[in-house]
Amino acid sequence: MKKYDAIVIGAGHNGLTNAAYLAKAGLDVAVLERNSYIGGATVSRELYKDWTYTNCSYVCSLLRPEIARDLELPRHGLQVVPYGGGVTFKRDGDYYGNYYDHNRQYREMSRHSKRDANAYERYTADVMKQTRLIRPFLLKRPPDPTSLKLRDLRDLADFAGSFMEMGERGLADTLKFWTKSVGDYLCEYFETDVIKAHLGGSGIIGTALGVFSPGTAYVLLHHYMGDVDGNVGSWGVARGGMGAVSGALAKSFQAFGGEIICDADVDRIVVRGGKATGVALKNGDEYHADVVVSNLDPKRTFLDVMDVQDLPAEVVSKAENFKIRGSSGKLNIALDGLPTFHGLDKSSPLMLGDMHFSDSLERIERAYDDWKDGTWSKDPYVDMLIPTQTDPSMAPPGKHMMTVFVQYAPPKINGGEWTDADKDGFEKSVIDQIAAHSPDFKDLILHCETRTPREIEAEVGLTEGNIFQGELTFDQLLFNRPFPGYAQYRGPVQGMYMCGSGTHPGGGVMAAPGANAAREILHDLRKPSTVPGGYADD
Amino acid sequence: MTTGSDDTMMLTTPFHSRIAAACELNSWGDWMGYTTPNAYTDVELEYFAVRNAAGVFDLTPMNKYRITGTDAEAYLNRLVTRDVSKIGIGRVGYTVWCDEAGQVMDDGTIFHLAENDYRICAYARATDWLHWSALGFDVTIEDETAEVAALAVQGPTSCAALTAMGLVGLDQLKPFGLTEFDFEGEPLVVSRTGFTGDLGYELWIAPHKAEALWDRLFESGEPYLIKPFGTHALEMARIEAGFLQAGVDFMPAEEVVRNGRSRSPFELGLGWLVDMDKSVFNGRRALQQELARGSRYRFAILDVDGNKPANHSFILKGNKQVGTVTSAAWCPTAKSNVAFAQIEMPYGAVGEELVAEIYYQRELHWTRVLAPCKVIDAPVFSHPRRRATPPGNF
Repeated sequence: MKKYDAIVIGAGHNGLTNAAYLAKAGLDVAVLERNSYIGGATVSRELYKDWTYTNCSYVCSLLRPEIARDLELPRHGLQVVPYGGGVTFKRDGDYYGNYYDHNRQYREMSRHSKRDANAYERYTADVMKQTRLIRPFLLKRPPDPTSLKLRDLRDLADFAGSFMEMGERGLADTLKFWTKSVGDYLCEYFETDVIKAHLGGSGIIGTALGVFSPGTAYVLLHHYMGDVDGNVGSWGVARGGMGAVSGALAKSFQAFGGEIICDADVDRIVVRGGKATGVALKNGDEYHADVVVSNLDPKRTFLDVMDVQDLPAEVVSKAENFKIRGSSGKLNIALDGLPTFHGLDKSSPLMLGDMHFSDSLERIERAYDDWKDGTWSKDPYVDMLIPTQTDPSMAPPGKHMMTVFVQYAPPKINGGEWTDADKDGFEKSVIDQIAAHSPDFKDLILHCETRTPREIEAEVGLTEGNIFQGELTFDQLLFNRPFPGYAQYRGPVQGMYMCGSGTHPGGGVMAAPGANAAREILHDLRKPSTVPGGYADD
Repeated sequence: MTTGSDDTMMLTTPFHSRIAAACELNSWGDWMGYTTPNAYTDVELEYFAVRNAAGVFDLTPMNKYRITGTDAEAYLNRLVTRDVSKIGIGRVGYTVWCDEAGQVMDDGTIFHLAENDYRICAYARATDWLHWSALGFDVTIEDETAEVAALAVQGPTSCAALTAMGLVGLDQLKPFGLTEFDFEGEPLVVSRTGFTGDLGYELWIAPHKAEALWDRLFESGEPYLIKPFGTHALEMARIEAGFLQAGVDFMPAEEVVRNGRSRSPFELGLGWLVDMDKSVFNGRRALQQELARGSRYRFAILDVDGNKPANHSFILKGNKQVGTVTSAAWCPTAKSNVAFAQIEMPYGAVGEELVAEIYYQRELHWTRVLAPCKVIDAPVFSHPRRRATPPGNF
């Protein structure tokens, strides 16, 4: 079997980014993908004729612009189009609209509470301060605070400098942000239930925590620190679905001479003499390489494709205790037309954005109670979009595609595996909730793909279907991601690395972990870095 | 003009009732004395309508001149730098025209509508110059700016949207082609032209049919996600596509007061529009001298490091100032930071690395950055659908 300079396991967006930067440095690189198609959770598939679903991830903001530009992703077919607006429908028939335009937003908020509308300006400034602190560290490896290496000390000094610049009040806010619950945080600014619920949703997306669980304020920040063309906090859709991201990354990688091998299910990373030497596939094929990079989550990496005997016991134990809990599911729906929603004109810009039906934090917390009880939420929190109002390429003219991210869905139902009947029940709870606000919705459904954590894990390989490859709580961030001592992308075995969202700076379609890992690998190989530095955030 | 009146300071175009209804931001600008929307709802979303679906732009204020008569071709050939005899009937040509000193007066398009029948679309008002140049030619020159209403429909779904409006066979129209349809009993001229660098068309119709055209277009275009866009979104698209704007990237020669502030076609990167094989045209002798002597400036498209647009920047080579930026933008589709610059010769050749001295302000604090930049050989946005016939859906 052929020997490569580097093998990357998993053709998700981070695996492809990592591979592209290694190939750009002149390395002979192969990416092995278990499925017959690439993308991991950054994937578009046609499961119903003439409809393209953006099956897993569905909106784009975190993708680092430096990487998109450097790897020439637009030339390779990626276009990210911002969407305006967003709306939370209330049970009383009213709604709260989140307008793209600042003054219109103020007016709409004032309709609910003038004080909230005014407080929103203070809130925005406070959140922006925190994004300014964290954004410069996205395209850097996290410094190890216990290391005395010059690189770590220098990076730590940078980090400390940024912290000090925040001032005492800013620092206090930072600690609050990284530890508080999103519910408590929002209550410091707002009095209106529906406004708190609308803003609070992003504090729990992808997370097996409730809006009143400590640590969820950071998750909100995580969803706020991206940008579309410099507009921090904005989100967009990838034209053609999120598969366009992985598709463009793959083309960029191939343009550097890289090779993608699909239907290559890795059985194990081969370790000889304490050094990774390649991988063995389930079909018996072997590929050799000096560098083996895992884009899999930490549990899959250390407990599945690595042999426990090759690992320090400490790593095995940390992997076993790594927090990666399934909390969400997804419905992708082909629609015969644009649904009508109570109280909203079909041409309203609010329809273009993310839609929700949870009009109070209380309801979102109750949805979490169901998760704790080992079942799907009967009154779920959904993050729903109809991207075909922005993207003409995903459904025939006049027809639509709806993506519904659903929380909560536990990895197991009352301790047992999901059954098809459970899946139907989960699906029904979501469709009924949407239909309660849209009289023609059910009649417009042509096809529905329902994905519980069971399907997400089986198809994408994310343990428990956790979309972030591990909870984004402070104990698993920065130099703790995935575990202390292993946060700089290097594995416990020589020549073995990690590049997935389970490493810093974490989940979302950011491509930063893949790029950061490539920088470290090239450093170890004593090659000049091909990874761009971050843009100054000023 | 149907709705405008000379009694008001600002005129309106025949589409104004529809534009005013759609212009949620109520943000208006002045284009040659006409009230025109800067933006309707949001500049970025409008820009993306052009690059991702279909955008509609009212270009009625564009100066339009009808040239007819047996000497029309000979007259135009004398006027502009291109060989007009090569622009067949049913074709459109982009060109510039110069003064006797070989300095660009304006750029624009020549529509060859029928035998001895042309239309020139120009940025600057040109009646005087057109008449001045007509001495000895049997031509009639008519300013039809107010008699022709015009809409640009630009973007990947533009062909599909227009076909859905009943313009069957439009997909066979080649770039810079011109054709005519019937629209409710009136001729509707459609050209495959535009100022966005994307697939796109321009529609030309009598003003009394303007509102009906707008309504039909938006009704048919709805499934194709059609949206109106204003001048600010157009500005982003044209920079990304590498198009010069008269009055911004060069001064129309006739308006220049200070010596040396005008530019020749060669100095604007538009040498490809100059046909020196033509024995006579305005400015030919001066341009011949320039070719022998060398140009003073070079037009350069710069790929600028970082994400700060290099508006109004000086361009440096080492410590020496060698040029200035005329237009700059972050390009959201190409995801790059682009600037157009006028660079003193011999600097600015493709591939040369220069530095842009950029000033930007955040919360009243000014910062100066020296951003490395590189002269690139082509605009950053170029999509095959712009040239493909049929262009395909989306």
